[in-house]
Amino acid sequence: MNIEALIASTFDGLMLGFVFGLMAMGLTLIFGVMKVINLGHGPLIAIGMFAVLVMSQSLGINPYLTLPVIIVIGLLTGIVMYFVALHRVINSPELTTLLATFSVNMMITGLMTVIFSTSPRGLDVTLGSLQFGRVTILGTRVAAVVIAVVVTIALYFFLYRTRQGKSIRAVANNRGAAELMGINSSWVLGLSFGIGAMLAMISGMLLATMFSFTVLTGNALETKSFVIVVLGGLGNPTGALFGGIIIGLLESITTIFIPVSWVPVLEFVVFIMILLVRPNGIFGARSS
Amino acid sequence: MKTLKNISFWLLLVVIAGVAVVPIVQGNVSMREDAFFILMLVILASSTNIIMGYTGYVSFGHIVYFGTGGYVAFYLMQTFQWHFVLAALVGGVAASLLAFLLGNAVLRLRGAYFALSTIGINEAVRAFVSNFEPLGGSIGMFFNFSMYDAYGGAKNAGQLAYYAMVVLALMTIAASFLIKKSKFGLGLMSIREDQDASMVLGINPSRMKVITYTISAFFPAIAGAIFFFKNGLIEPGPAFELHRSVEALVMVMLGGFGTVTGPIVGAVVYERLRGFLITNETFSNFHLVIAGAMLLLIVLFVPAGLVGWLRLRFAAVRRFLE
Repeated sequence: MNIEALIASTFDGLMLGFVFGLMAMGLTLIFGVMKVINLGHGPLIAIGMFAVLVMSQSLGINPYLTLPVIIVIGLLTGIVMYFVALHRVINSPELTTLLATFSVNMMITGLMTVIFSTSPRGLDVTLGSLQFGRVTILGTRVAAVVIAVVVTIALYFFLYRTRQGKSIRAVANNRGAAELMGINSSWVLGLSFGIGAMLAMISGMLLATMFSFTVLTGNALETKSFVIVVLGGLGNPTGALFGGIIIGLLESITTIFIPVSWVPVLEFVVFIMILLVRPNGIFGARSS
Repeated sequence: MKTLKNISFWLLLVVIAGVAVVPIVQGNVSMREDAFFILMLVILASSTNIIMGYTGYVSFGHIVYFGTGGYVAFYLMQTFQWHFVLAALVGGVAASLLAFLLGNAVLRLRGAYFALSTIGINEAVRAFVSNFEPLGGSIGMFFNFSMYDAYGGAKNAGQLAYYAMVVLALMTIAASFLIKKSKFGLGLMSIREDQDASMVLGINPSRMKVITYTISAFFPAIAGAIFFFKNGLIEPGPAFELHRSVEALVMVMLGGFGTVTGPIVGAVVYERLRGFLITNETFSNFHLVIAGAMLLLIVLFVPAGLVGWLRLRFAAVRRFLE
């Protein structure tokens, strides 16, 4: 076995893992706050991808400079999505919220298919590369990791140091009690959904700088996000980051030993095993 | 079996059979094709409803049994030249067995965790089949055209598949009705309303859920066997298409969650509507958007579905519309 190939794919997987972690964090944050699994997560990732595509190709903006715009679009889309599709049924059983978010998935996917068709797209970004012996690290990946880490730190700062962030954690902890303390829970839920959507879109933007994509890529990434959040424990953002890194490493390292097409089999078997053995994730407390 | 003396039970079956016979009597092949597809959707929706509507366990990846049944039957027919009916039955039993084994494990999970695990199972099986060379890998398998000679040519095979689908649809609806009206079904609905309370009342939820899950896997599996027999070609993509699974959920919600006639009404309305939207010039591009918007409106404003809403509004309807 080639030790350099191993090092190269470890680096690759690690870097990809941070972006995957960011992607899954959006899903897990929403679940943690309102116990809703957002089946519209995939199309939100896709919106991020196409937003950066449109801005960089039609308006000629550097892909990385679109980040503020994407943050705003993400927050707004999420808040609107919450109040249109979820607010009315937020206390209903899972089936209702699953279907409500799935209906949004259908609408966004349908609309984007009409606008962009399903042909593959790609961004033309090159940031050079770093050479360490025979290990090459692409600049785009480094930039993606830096952005993912900065966004994650900002998220934690927001959740733990600001009033709004603290009220999100309070609502996640106990919505009734939070309301008694004068927190407007509807707004907090809307805001959390907005942040979840924003994280999905930022990850979409970062992934767009690395791979080619179609309108439907988002839905494939959505199932990957499920695997990651379950690995890290549903509702646990730090877990999602670690879950993302594990999946990133798994994807790149296992390809040395087995054909690429077998990787999803492995991923989903791990996913089901984790659900059965440790439904709170590998870092979570053992369930009773 | 008190249900067997219930008039609405027989009436429902007679109506379905009566409608299904029309294309045969008229000799209208395109109408028969439409009816074939709608009956398949009725089977998928009804069997999803058996597990989801009665026990409240949302099986998002129920299509995995459709694909499993299809693959097992196809393999037996193609490799060992088994007769279609026998192969379909074995496919159904194989899927039920798979559901029994998986159900014992995943039905311990509740709510969202169960829903996620069913998605995971479907994706895992699809990814596995796509890589598994004996089943044709990602290319899938196909019949030699001469395979249909045993059934009197492709034309007669199509006819045979249609009859099989009609019989299966009647069986699915009958099973759905019988379960709902039995003491067993009452137990399931108590699990749906409050699993812990039902345990206190002496119900064994894990056993009942596994049995129900096993039954609900049988019908879609045979539907898959029939569908791919007629198709002559099976590929992992169409066999384990998560989207179709979710469409079945939409049909159940549209017609009425936990009712017998709801999934039937839902399947027919959904399919007709989609057919209209796709063929209509103005809407054809937007059919997914409109279907999504429709689903959202139902979920938000008519959560009981069409049949459920009728039953809530008009007490007289409840006596004959299950």
